[in-house]
This record gives sequence, structure tokens and C-alpha cells, in this order.
Amino acid sequence: MALSTKKSAAAGQVQKKRKKITDANLLLIITIAIFLIMYIGAMIFLGGGFLNAQNLFNILMQQSALIITACGMSLVMITGGIDISVGGVVALVCMSCAVSLDYMHWNVPMSILLALGIGLAYGIVQGFLVAYLEIQPFIISLAGMFFARGMTTIVHTEPFNVENEAFTALKNTRIIVPGMGNVNRLGNYIDAYINIGVIVALIVVVGLFVMLRWTKLGRSFYAVGGNRQSALMLGINVRRTRFIAHLMCSVLAGIAGYVYFLYVGSGSASHASGMEMDAIASSIIGGTLLTGGVGNIIGTFVGVLSLSTIQNIVSSVGLDEAWWTGITVAAMLCLFLVIQSVITSRKRD
Amino acid sequence: MKEKSVLEMRGICKYFPGVRALQNVDFTLCEGEIHALMGENGAGKSTLIKVLTGVYEKDEGQIFLKGLDKPAAIHSPQDAQNLGISTVYQEITLCPNLTVAENMYIGRGKGIGTNWKKMNRDAAKILKSLDIPAEATQQLSSCSIAVQQMVAIARAVDMECKVLILDEPTSSLDDNEVEKLFGLMRDLKAKGVGIIFVTHFLDQVYAVCDKITVLRDGQLVGEYEIEKLPRVQLVAKMLGKELDDMSEIRDESLAYHAADESENVIEAEGLQSDAGIKPFNFHIKKGEVNGFAGLLGSGRSECVRAIFGADHVTAGTVKVKGKKVKISKPIDAMKQGIAYLPEDRKVDGIVGDLSVRDNIILAQQVLRGFFRPYSKAEANKIAEEYIKLLDIKTASTDTPIKSLSGGNQQKVILARWLLTHPDYLILDEPTRGIDVGTKVEIQKLVLKLASEGMSVTFISSETDEMLRTCSRLIIMRDRKVVGEISGNELSQSSIMSTIAGGDTE
Repeated sequence: MALSTKKSAAAGQVQKKRKKITDANLLLIITIAIFLIMYIGAMIFLGGGFLNAQNLFNILMQQSALIITACGMSLVMITGGIDISVGGVVALVCMSCAVSLDYMHWNVPMSILLALGIGLAYGIVQGFLVAYLEIQPFIISLAGMFFARGMTTIVHTEPFNVENEAFTALKNTRIIVPGMGNVNRLGNYIDAYINIGVIVALIVVVGLFVMLRWTKLGRSFYAVGGNRQSALMLGINVRRTRFIAHLMCSVLAGIAGYVYFLYVGSGSASHASGMEMDAIASSIIGGTLLTGGVGNIIGTFVGVLSLSTIQNIVSSVGLDEAWWTGITVAAMLCLFLVIQSVITSRKRD
Repeated sequence: MKEKSVLEMRGICKYFPGVRALQNVDFTLCEGEIHALMGENGAGKSTLIKVLTGVYEKDEGQIFLKGLDKPAAIHSPQDAQNLGISTVYQEITLCPNLTVAENMYIGRGKGIGTNWKKMNRDAAKILKSLDIPAEATQQLSSCSIAVQQMVAIARAVDMECKVLILDEPTSSLDDNEVEKLFGLMRDLKAKGVGIIFVTHFLDQVYAVCDKITVLRDGQLVGEYEIEKLPRVQLVAKMLGKELDDMSEIRDESLAYHAADESENVIEAEGLQSDAGIKPFNFHIKKGEVNGFAGLLGSGRSECVRAIFGADHVTAGTVKVKGKKVKISKPIDAMKQGIAYLPEDRKVDGIVGDLSVRDNIILAQQVLRGFFRPYSKAEANKIAEEYIKLLDIKTASTDTPIKSLSGGNQQKVILARWLLTHPDYLILDEPTRGIDVGTKVEIQKLVLKLASEGMSVTFISSETDEMLRTCSRLIIMRDRKVVGEISGNELSQSSIMSTIAGGDTE
């Protein structure tokens, strides 16, 4: 008797909990589940590198710039916009910083300021055009992308490696992660490590997560993306909110540019080509809706990880050609879009 | 400013391209008063509200608020909120992707941080005190529309406001919820809040309001004490007819009466659609002209749209010539010989960039199937024929329809439907916005078609026009059929009193 009441009470609780799972949370859970299944599957069936923690850290190091741009992209997408200039901005920042360090002999802090300055300038111009003149963000950022790519070549045409000593030291700084290392074939223990870019990316992820979830500004982003007219009627300054979203996205692209620069250590006009598309894809895989109003930074983070895990798996299976990665990513995007549309349409019935 | 007034609007003008939405409108709201703002759709009620709440910027005029020594500067909804004007809009203006509590508190107050626990607690308290069945942390989209509307009201009420605007808040509420809202309004009134109440439901106006301001065509008709304005008078003011000229005798010579023994062409029973009309019955005989009368927004168009399958039909049956048919989309109705000339020709009627010729053959082409297109010569011949028949003034059959005048566009759409040789033709506001000469032509054409055996439903905002053409009128009020008047009983005053309902002094 007592047992049965307990059971029903528990059942009631479960029901109550189930009610609370919103669409956005459901999308996030699906994303995380798929990532875990993929990664654990790779650990079981492919073994090798996937069993080492360093493999995950390598992914993080490779993708820290993408994580930062994708977070910025998610911000803009949550407000119902889009920014496809981020890849161009990353390339422009790399090239400008490379030139400033090697040819103009600036020091490292100055070059960091330069990166932030480029992002800020981009954000102000694009944000103003989008939010206050109400021009389509796609068009504006398309122009921004062309401009950035063009400017990169004007700053310096040939790709080159940076030889500034302070910068190289910074680039090669390894941060040891204790207790995650592994023993190599010769029997020596090798520490697992990450670089500065990963730290920056994680700070960005946590910071934006908190901002979006618990601050008024963050909630305004969702309100504006959910229904712009309503948001206006509720007394939100819609223009300013959209401006801030684009500003933040571009500044994050500037930061990502420097993180990318730290990872590759060179300037080139072809750097980060297609990064904006990877950022959009990661956001979508992470549960951000292109129509705005729904999205989660943790989801975006997992989205980036999923994307690069696919690439990792595809290459370790031996299908090294780039098109295989493309096809798998396309299949995954399709899967997510179908899941999203099923979830959102289910509610209407 | 008068002593007791909390809000005065003086000489408000608002222009939209080609339209004077508000002309020199005055409005005064006193402390502890529930003030109804009445008028047909398009009379300027919503525009006035939007000017007051900063959604639109007024072109001329001044707004005075109690406690301010100079005219209030309201440029955005934020400004209005800060000045103590809170609003519940007709359509729900909340964000479905946020929680209930967030919707109640977002956009208010300063600073970036929020005490989330306190916010959720406060919200829960208000929800409980208003008996709203929602949880503070629930996502708004998971609530029913009525609950969402109640949340919007809760938000407005919770703000320390001097002026509360309720713009048709009751359209999605049931009787119980309306009663609850009225209780709330009376409480606020007792606290000295001035309430502006916009609604289509006359019953509700007489249930709670103290004063009525009537607008018509963007102009102020007048402000009245509720006891001094009986319903019929109110309807007359809204329609712009004085009671005196309502007894005008209808022009018998033009009206055509259907033979009573002829069969029902269309028979509908318990028809209901998702556009929010109450179930209604309808029938029309061969060669009959009937009409739907009622205030704009009373559900006239929704009725015929349900018959035509233009809205999603949720219940009821339709019989065509005694045979039961299923009409779920316009093409089904077209195949049964029903044609519908829509109310808004710009949205539902013309295809602006196509030529007059293409616009004329459009419906017939659909019926014929797209794999059997009309040749250009055939199409031209048909178009020429109808251009001549209806006397459409166009440079050629190739002219894009959007360059024609409104009346001629309307005739092209009429031609489109006549070409399908329907048994039953529905004309929804066919004479809106066209000149007097064309109006008479269209009325004559309707009677001619009827005498040739076509059944026609004619809807118009101008009652005298309907009196001249229709032999039977179905009267609508608040999305419900409330009466039917036919034959010799038809007159302006009988229509008005049926529309007004209740006390018909």
C-alpha cells in the first residue's frame, strides 16, 4: 500500500518534470545525446586516439576559434538575424595582426587591441545598418564578408608565418591538464595539454551562457527573436537590442580571429574560409532556430564539437577526402533540421 | 486640463499614405472611469490607441497627462509605460518563447541584473490573485490563448498605471474569464485608475462602462454618458445614420423577389469555421439575392468565407442543390459552381502584375486544369468580351491590372467569376472604394444576374445599397446570426434595431 502511493507520487513528479521540458531544452538534449553517442561509439569501434583525453583537447584546440564565432553567430540568430561576415573578419584579423607584428614591429598587446578594434568597427557599422536602418542582415554581412576578404589581400597578398618572438612564445604556451595524460608506446607518461585559445573559448561560452540565461539583455535577445513586434510593445528597445547582438557577434569574431591567429601563427587570405558556414551549421546543430527566439550557447558548443568529431571520425576511418566530411555534415544537418521541424510542428497540432 | 481628468488628447491627427486615419480627434479620460471607445473597424480606434501608446507617432495634436505640466512626449511604447500608460492589445503581444513571469516583467525597470527568484515569486502571487491557471516558470507558448491574454492583462495591471488601455481584450476569453476581467476593472476603477475599453461587444460596453466616445472614419462623433445613449442610438452613431433618416422607404422598383417555391441552391447547416463565427444556418434559393448585414467585424465575411471554404470549416454541412458536398478549400466550392468575390481585392483578389486578360481567365483556367491552357487568342477573345460586357476601362487586355482604377479592378475580378458561370455568386463588399456610378452599375448587374436565375449573396457596409438589391437580409452581431429580415419588413430602422439587439427604445 505504502509502496504503491510512493510509486504514484513518484510518477506524478515525473509527469510534472516532463511537462517542464520545453522545445528548446528538448533540442539541446537531443544534440548532446547525439554527440555523446557519436563520441562513445568512436571510442568503442575506432579506439586508438579516441580513447585518449588528448584527442578531445585537440578538437578543442583546433576549433576554439570556431567555438567563439559560433557563439557570436548564435547570439545574432537568437535575435532573428544572421552574420556571414565572421569568417572574413577572422581572416582580416589574422592578416592585420601578422603584418602589425612582423612588419610594423608592434608588440603583442597592441596586436590584440588591433584585433578587438577590427571586430568593434565591424560590429558598429553592421549593427547600425541592420538595427537602425533596418537593412536585411544577410545582405549587409554578405557585403561585409566581401569587404573583409578584399581588405585581407590589400593588407598583404602573400601568406606568411609570423616570427615575432613574444608571439611565438604565446602561441606555444601549453597549459597542462593534470591527471588526463596517457602513456605512449615507449612507456613514457605524456601530460595532456590545451592552449590559451581553449581557455578563451571556454570563458566566452560560460560568459555568454550566463548572459543569455540570466540577464535582462539576454532575455531581450530571446524576446526580440521570438516576436519583434511584441517585444516592442513590451517596452524593449528593439533597435538597441539588435545593434548589441550584431556588435557582440563582430567583436567575438575579432577575438576568434586572434585565437585562430594564435593557433595557426600566420596570415593568409584563405584563412577561415567557410568558417561562417561552419558557425551557422554548429548553431543549428546546437538547436538554434534560424527564425530566431530559440537557441542555447551550450548547444552551440556541443554543435561545434559534434561537427569536428564527425570530421575526426571520417578521417580516422580512412575516408580522408574532404567531400566525405562535407557529405556527413550535410546528412547531420538534414537530420537536425528534420528533428527541429518535427518538434516545432508537433506543438501546433 | 480639467481637474479630474488623467488624460486629455487634443486635436490628434494621424496620416498614413493616402489615408487620414485620425482627424482632429479629442479624447478625455477621468480618474476612476471606464470609458468605452467605439466605432466600426477602420474607424480609427486602434490608431488612436497606438498613438497614445507610442507605437505610432502622431502627426498633429497634443497629449496631456495628469501630473505633467507640459504635453507628454510619447515616442515609443517604453515612453508610454514610463508615463504610467499600460496596454493590453487586441492581438496578443507577448513573446511565446519566454516564460510567463519573464513576459510579465521584461522591458520594465532599469539595470541589467534581475532577481529571478523574486520575479518568479511575485509573478506567481499575481497569477494566483487573478486566478490565472498558469505557472510563473512555464513557457508562454504552452498556455492556451485565453491564458496568454490573461497574462497580458496581469502584466498591464501589475504596472503602477494611471491609464489602463484594454484594446479588445475579451475576444478570446470565455464568459467566466470576461466576468473576472470585469471584476478586476471595477477594482482598478475604485482605485482611481482611468480605463479605456475598446470592444465590439455592445453588451460588455453596457455592463461596465461609464462613458462612450464614438469614432467614425477617423473623426470624433461625440462623447456620451452611458445612460443617455441607448443601444440603437449608439449603433446609429457608429454607422453614421441619424434615426430620422432611417425610416427612408426602400426603392421597390429595383428589388427583385425570388419565387418562393424554387429550390434551395445552397443550404448550410450548423456551419462553423476557425475564423471564430458561431454555428449558423443558411440557405439561398434560385434567383434570390440575399445579404449579410451587421457592423464591420460582426462576422459577415467569415460566414461566406466558410461557405466558400476559404477559412477552415470545423463543423456543419453544406448542400448544393439538395446534394450534400464536402467543401474544404475554395477549389471544391468552385467545382460546385460557387464563386466568391473577396472583400479585400488587393489581398485576395487581384494579381497586380498580371495583365487584365490573365486576371480574367485565372479562375476558369484553374477549373479547366493547368494542362489545358487557353491560347492567347482565345484568352484575348474572352477578355475582350467581358471588358465590353462590364464596360471595363482599360487601355488593352495586356495592361497590368494594378494600373487600373479601383472600380475597374473590381469589375475585372467580377468578370473572372462570371466567366466560371457560377450558380451561386458571393459578392463581399463589391462596391467598396469605387465611385457612385459604378456602384449603381454593379447593383443593376446583380439584379440582372438574379433575374437570369443566378443566386447572389450581396454584402455591403452601406445598408441602403443592400436594401435596394437584397430581398432578404441575415443580421449578424458579435459573430453570431441574430435575425433575418425579409420582404416588406426590410427597412433601415428594422436592421438597426436588430443589430443593436437588447433594448430597442
